[in-house]
Amino acid sequence: MSRTLSAPVTVAFDYTRSTGPVLGRFLTGLRDGVLVAGRTSDGEVVVPPPEYDPVTHAATTDFVEVSPTGTVVSWSWVAEPVAAQPFDRPFAFVLVLLDGATKPFLHALDVASPDEVSTGMRVRVRWRAERTGAITDIEGFEPVTDPAPPAPGPRSTLDPVTGVVTPVALDYTYAASPEESAFYRGLAEGRILGQRCPTCAKVYVPPRSACPADGTPTTDEVELSQTGTVTTFCIVNVPFLGQRITPPYVSAYVLLDGADIAFLHLILDIPADQVRMGMRVEAVWKPREEWGTTIENISHFRPTGEPDAAYDTYSQHL
Amino acid sequence: MSKQPAAVIGVGQTHHRAKRDDVSMAGLCREAMDRALEDAGLTLDEIDAIVVGKAPDLFEGVMMPELFLAEALGAAGKPLLRVHTAGSVGGSTAIVAASLVQAGVHKKVLTVAYEKQSESNAMWALSVPVPFNMPVHAGAGGYFAPHVRSYIRRSGAPTHVGAVVAAKDRTNALRNPYAHLHNEGTTVESVLASQMLWDPIRYDETCPSSDGACALVIVDEDVAASSPNPAWIHGTAMRSEATTAAERDQVNPQASRDAAASLWKQAGITSPIDEIDVAEIYVPFSWFEPMWLESLGFAEEGTGWKLTESGETAMDGRLPVNCSGGVLSSNPIGASGMLRFGEAALQVRGAAGEHQVDGARRALGHAYGGGSQFFSMWVVGAEKPQH
Repeated sequence: MSRTLSAPVTVAFDYTRSTGPVLGRFLTGLRDGVLVAGRTSDGEVVVPPPEYDPVTHAATTDFVEVSPTGTVVSWSWVAEPVAAQPFDRPFAFVLVLLDGATKPFLHALDVASPDEVSTGMRVRVRWRAERTGAITDIEGFEPVTDPAPPAPGPRSTLDPVTGVVTPVALDYTYAASPEESAFYRGLAEGRILGQRCPTCAKVYVPPRSACPADGTPTTDEVELSQTGTVTTFCIVNVPFLGQRITPPYVSAYVLLDGADIAFLHLILDIPADQVRMGMRVEAVWKPREEWGTTIENISHFRPTGEPDAAYDTYSQHL
Repeated sequence: MSKQPAAVIGVGQTHHRAKRDDVSMAGLCREAMDRALEDAGLTLDEIDAIVVGKAPDLFEGVMMPELFLAEALGAAGKPLLRVHTAGSVGGSTAIVAASLVQAGVHKKVLTVAYEKQSESNAMWALSVPVPFNMPVHAGAGGYFAPHVRSYIRRSGAPTHVGAVVAAKDRTNALRNPYAHLHNEGTTVESVLASQMLWDPIRYDETCPSSDGACALVIVDEDVAASSPNPAWIHGTAMRSEATTAAERDQVNPQASRDAAASLWKQAGITSPIDEIDVAEIYVPFSWFEPMWLESLGFAEEGTGWKLTESGETAMDGRLPVNCSGGVLSSNPIGASGMLRFGEAALQVRGAAGEHQVDGARRALGHAYGGGSQFFSMWVVGAEKPQH
């Protein structure tokens, strides 16, 4: 058995980017099937246009259209494409000097083998049929084999592009520390395990790889009581994206008897407006068959019915 | 060797809005930068180094945005640093920029901090569930609400004090053309009547989600000599601490008290309430005004709410706090700390416009971030500091 527990996490969001006027102009061009470059103060013709002039730092205002045909100035073969790359089959990333531009443009070249790519070869844009005003309006580049590419359709009368949606997803593996892993494994057995810091003698739950006060790992295992005191809390009334508990709910710091630090959990079986600082609570476990190595084995905490704890028994934990 | 004198001679900010969909991230920064440079009478070419700050990258979904922003910010060929200390970052970024001048490394440093919150959703970004844990987290409001409850319990403050702060800051914002919220007619009663979001924090007691940027030009003594109204830096302090530790004081964190003590010592201040004319304090949730008043030493522990309740923190009070409308009226997170630092500078330069406090000579700029874990603050003054 591995010393540590791990679990996959995906963090994903469709980011809404505002482009500003310069990149908006470029993307509007793509939607119309033309390539808009910026002319800089030192005479360069750059595509996409830089938002600000590299010499004068003024906003770019001089735009020119450049040809969808150009010459490969450098390339790199992608033998094993990954998700969200321009093609799902092997392809080349190419730097293309478009006719009329002075700086190369990065995109993908759709050929079957690296033998079909060479510096100096002539390539041209292959437009996507349905264009939305995004860099993906260019499917990719293809070798020039016939003289005249089909011209794009008439220019759109839609409003200029001002924004794009950029889906971003991160997939990673979350690893709990060895100390936390022991805590989560304890939960899988119906036990709440803390550890005492050998230096300052504080009992941490969950235990720590490094005590925040003195940096030493907590070591001495302490099985904690299933009862404790609500130190302070918040009633969450606000719904939000990704929320897993339906509001309103009480998110409370519970100081277990024998612990020196409170942890956050849910308080139920009492109306939210009757939850109090100092209220005595006990863990309510889910049915054993639903247990895993998670604090979610404890469904929630509920009042024990004991008198509230005196303020000075928990005031140093606020 | 002691620090070289340094001063703020340019302050710029954007019009803060829920969505600045007319500009890109670079455009947002440049709007603030160009105003700061114009204020300073300098051009981007004259700047020696650029220091950028913003809050978590997850807010815009761009890893290390300083890489793609470098050219647009005019940083090509110059040192470019990025600072990150969560919500306090705008303050820390200004302090890093100031330290480059105080250390004699550079003479003219431009610093800019921004957030474009409309590109995602901060509530989502701050509540990503962690495996094996209980998914009870509910954004920044959910994090801070229990600690506000602790403050109320500890101090015995009347429960309407938070509403006093919110009504004051929203009213102050009406005098600030850059503020995001211009909510006419906000009163203690209207705040108390607003929806309870994260009990005990109501809707009107929370900061908005804003797009915005702030920039400062910080220069050495020689360059400052050409400015009609430099804001001299009298002290800077940053402190950090663990977010969770046994018996950590979450209402009045040690790092905050330590930073304040260091700051007042550097500035030669022994009684902050008497010697500071105006303060811009990072108050994203209304109750943090009395909490930080105590932690910063403007009031004895447990009595900060009395300053607020009695009107002493209003524009015409003994210690006007957040005359700009504060974080409660504009919250481009990464920029919010720098806005506090910049507004403090505007006050001592006599350049705060409609929200100027007459005769302000020394001002505090303050920011905090994380789980009340990072603190940054400075004192600026109209006079050159004595050595």
